[in-house]
Amino acid sequence: MADLRRTKLYDLHLALGAKMVPFAGWEMPVQYPMGVMGEHLHTRAKAGLFDVSHMGQVILRGPDVALALETLVPADIAGLGQSRQRYGVFTNVTGGILDDLMIANKGDHLFLVVNAACVDQDIAHLRKLEALGVSVEPVEGRALLALQGPEAESVLKALVPGVEAMKFMDVAEFDWNGATLWVSRSGYTGEDGYEISIPGERAEDFARALLDHDAVSPIGLGARDSLRLEAGMPLYGHDMDAGVTPAVAALGWSIPKARRLGGTREGGFPGADTVLAELASGPAMTRRGLRPEGRAPIREGVEVFDAAEGGRRIGIVCSGGFGPTVGGPVAMAILPVDLAEGATVYAELRGKRLPVTLTALPFHKPSYKR
Amino acid sequence: MLKYTEDHEWLKQDGDEIIVGITAHASEQLGDVVFIELPEVGREVEAGEEIVVIESVKAASDIVAPVAGVVTAINEALPDAPGAVNDDPLGAWFFRIKPTSVDLSEFMDEAAYNELIG
Repeated sequence: MADLRRTKLYDLHLALGAKMVPFAGWEMPVQYPMGVMGEHLHTRAKAGLFDVSHMGQVILRGPDVALALETLVPADIAGLGQSRQRYGVFTNVTGGILDDLMIANKGDHLFLVVNAACVDQDIAHLRKLEALGVSVEPVEGRALLALQGPEAESVLKALVPGVEAMKFMDVAEFDWNGATLWVSRSGYTGEDGYEISIPGERAEDFARALLDHDAVSPIGLGARDSLRLEAGMPLYGHDMDAGVTPAVAALGWSIPKARRLGGTREGGFPGADTVLAELASGPAMTRRGLRPEGRAPIREGVEVFDAAEGGRRIGIVCSGGFGPTVGGPVAMAILPVDLAEGATVYAELRGKRLPVTLTALPFHKPSYKR
Repeated sequence: MLKYTEDHEWLKQDGDEIIVGITAHASEQLGDVVFIELPEVGREVEAGEEIVVIESVKAASDIVAPVAGVVTAINEALPDAPGAVNDDPLGAWFFRIKPTSVDLSEFMDEAAYNELIG
């Protein structure tokens, strides 16, 4: 696997028996000997440790950095309290999504986490803010770990006292044996948990200290995908991309009143006219959940029709697979909004049309500590 | 004595029929199996024809008929308990086939198969 980057935990992954695969230019663990199903269920039952160091970490500084970032991201960043985190998207001039990201207000700066596949593009995009007096500092040399699951709090507080006081979407810094941790109480699994940025040279020691706990198992990208799918969370490049608007991606919730038509800080981001008009009138299509009636998984790319025979093609599955906690196949597709929840549509699999039920997202209700 | 195919199937001769499953190596590579679709009994198949759909949490793949012949039986319990392929790959047979010719000598023995999977 030439030219692939390795995280600071690469040796640990191998020692743990991981199967490594190329992912967004990195060599990453897709699963460990426990297997995707076991890892998924373990994370929902106890605590899973994920290496997400491939994701981009970026610091933004400047006198009006929050308002500056609002020129690229239609979220309420100016109103984001100190030590709080929020989800948002970068839009393009046609209102499509360039990437999704987490934004944390750390007092004298903003801390962003962006997708691995989009890091270079995002940083180039963010550099447009330099004209507004913002400095863009890609964070180098820090690993990023996620500890997710109902036992995440009890495990982490034993090593890092104080994290138990954090609520969902809080951010804070802690010391762990001389290493400064940047901790957020968030993640992408639908479970309570934390994401922890740590100096790279301390990452393996810290990961091993977490793994020493009986409740913690290492979890690969395979289960990360099935966990976020059950939680109804979109994955960039699959459920949204530069041709999909926030409303169509079912991410309108990330755009608050203040940034919408008639709001105090209306628009002012790329593609605002398109994005806001669509939010006001409602999109014709949006991302929705599908539960196949049989056992066959319906995966990305499968076409969805409105009839068992003939009829019209109404959408394409953007994410799909087996949901271990649901105990059956689950999928998401961008489909007409006028189809009622509970309606039956048909997925064409290997030449056969299989009935699938339109289902509200998420398939698995998150259990965050609010 | 079991024989093996390059498609990671095991073959067991039983009279004039062959019982077909997949190897432990194949089941490990697939990961947790969640869905299996078996052929209809009585179906005439060509060697190499894809006749079983097997899906794991990771991906969909096919199992081919190792020889030309007629499917004489399927493991009806398997679609309801696909995890058996991971738990007991040698016990979890997929189908029986009555081949046009019962000569399995062209297939690998265990030593040759182990060499193949390294």
